[in-house]
Amino acid sequence: MRLYECSRVIRSKNAGPFALTIDLMFDSREDLQRVLNSPEFTSRRIAERYRVPESSVRICPFEEVLAIKVSMPRPGPSSGAPGDRDVYGCQQHFPLADIEVPEP
Amino acid sequence: MSGEMRFISVCGMLGYGYPVESLQVGLAAGVDFLGVDAGSTDPGPYYLGSGTGFVKAAQVRRDLEPALCAAVEHGIPLIIGSAGGAGAAPHVAAFVQVLTEIAANNDLHFRLALIHADIEPDTVLTALRDGKISPCGLAGELTPGTVASCNRIVAQMGTAPIIEALANGADVVVAGRCCDTAIFAALPMMRGFDPALALHAAKIAECGTLCARPGGANDSLICTLRHDHFIVQPANPAKSCFPDSVAAHSLYEQPDPNCFYEPEGMVDMSQCRFEQCGEQAVRVSGTRLVPAAQPTIKLEGTALRGYRSIAIAGVRDPVTVAHLDDIERGVQEAVARNLAGTLEPDQYALRLIRYGIDGVLGPLETAAWRAHEVGIVIEAIAPTQELADAVVSLARSTALHQHFDGRKTTAGNLAFPFSPSDFQGGPVYEFAVYHLMSVNDTDKLFPVTFQEV
Repeated sequence: MRLYECSRVIRSKNAGPFALTIDLMFDSREDLQRVLNSPEFTSRRIAERYRVPESSVRICPFEEVLAIKVSMPRPGPSSGAPGDRDVYGCQQHFPLADIEVPEP
Repeated sequence: MSGEMRFISVCGMLGYGYPVESLQVGLAAGVDFLGVDAGSTDPGPYYLGSGTGFVKAAQVRRDLEPALCAAVEHGIPLIIGSAGGAGAAPHVAAFVQVLTEIAANNDLHFRLALIHADIEPDTVLTALRDGKISPCGLAGELTPGTVASCNRIVAQMGTAPIIEALANGADVVVAGRCCDTAIFAALPMMRGFDPALALHAAKIAECGTLCARPGGANDSLICTLRHDHFIVQPANPAKSCFPDSVAAHSLYEQPDPNCFYEPEGMVDMSQCRFEQCGEQAVRVSGTRLVPAAQPTIKLEGTALRGYRSIAIAGVRDPVTVAHLDDIERGVQEAVARNLAGTLEPDQYALRLIRYGIDGVLGPLETAAWRAHEVGIVIEAIAPTQELADAVVSLARSTALHQHFDGRKTTAGNLAFPFSPSDFQGGPVYEFAVYHLMSVNDTDKLFPVTFQEV
């Protein structure tokens, strides 16, 4: 099962013109834990998928609301600069959404 | 001071629309002021760079008129932050034009405060020399050359200039580039409410009803501030706040769900309690403020990077779809050859964005599947509009007839939906400055001026 199927909400957005933040929201604590337990869901693997330095990827669980926040530098140029493809950063979740998580 | 203060966030973004009935419902509850956020960097650097708004005057007029009329009628302040979108002088001027037209049409009279947020390059250069500039998050180190390359620099004001405007009798405050929180926290802080709660309430309020369900920012939020908590409630009876919807809002558009940074300091939400309080409302308490040892403000500056022209085309032929890499390589080479002596490759950028293959993710795309048809945007960025037009025209005609192995479509490779096929995108800007500048309380960076309307 992919992270995309496991999450209720998966949304990416700029956090300022130089950073990207991806929110994952889940229906249950079990789903959230399955993602956190996935060997694919590490800052190293995420950094590889987005081609950013591993040290720049932050994974921040927010268990009270069954959410995880993943933040990183924008993989391409800053928002709206020459060469950008997604000014608001709203469609940059898929390299992450594609990650495999353990079946329930 | 009184023990309670209530305000309405008119909507999440002035000009994106809201039900006017919601504002009336909110006003019936009795409020101390109205506030609304009118700006953002989300739409990219073009708007700060060009001095234009991403929301058009007609949209501003539609959303502003009911709020301005209500504020004057009820004798309560109206506070607008990041006027005109990017909040620089031309944006503020365009906003004030709409505001004064509404006032004239409705025979409204008030004391207007204007707060400009433009920062002189010399101010930034002096701060840079004095070691008072640091990158904001992931922007690189700032250099004097980068500052000099900027056509426009603004800074996000905190609550202080808005408090100054209100303390001097402003009925309507039009602030240039502004922290979203300052719009809603200024008056509560001026009246002695806890800055931590005021800033947290403001952070939620600036997005309108994004903290409610059904979600969406385009509606009015009522916020009631007391000494040890605040309560948020949508004005619209069809929406409600829930503890998880309000708590989850702190995830939105920021890198850390437990805290956020403002010129006043770090707002710590890690100990917050969110409790249901009636069917529609949520009570929030436990927010803390760690005051900034050295206040900083965020600078935003744009630099011109050239001019853009684009052409849009579709490809349906499967062999052509399979050979797009070859076609692009051929086009790049042919265009470079043609322009040699006129425009060198380091003076322009030519790209083919391929929707249906990797248009959104570019090199990050991993899907092997290709669509049966592909949309292509041919983009040229060059030092002048005329050169960009010429580059895209040349690239478009070359791509149309570019040869590749196995080509069957020898009459043309591209389907153009439009005649003319090419469009001017105008100037292209980049956020060149996105940095923090240490400031002293005595720095008068955000001048407040008054006029009677």
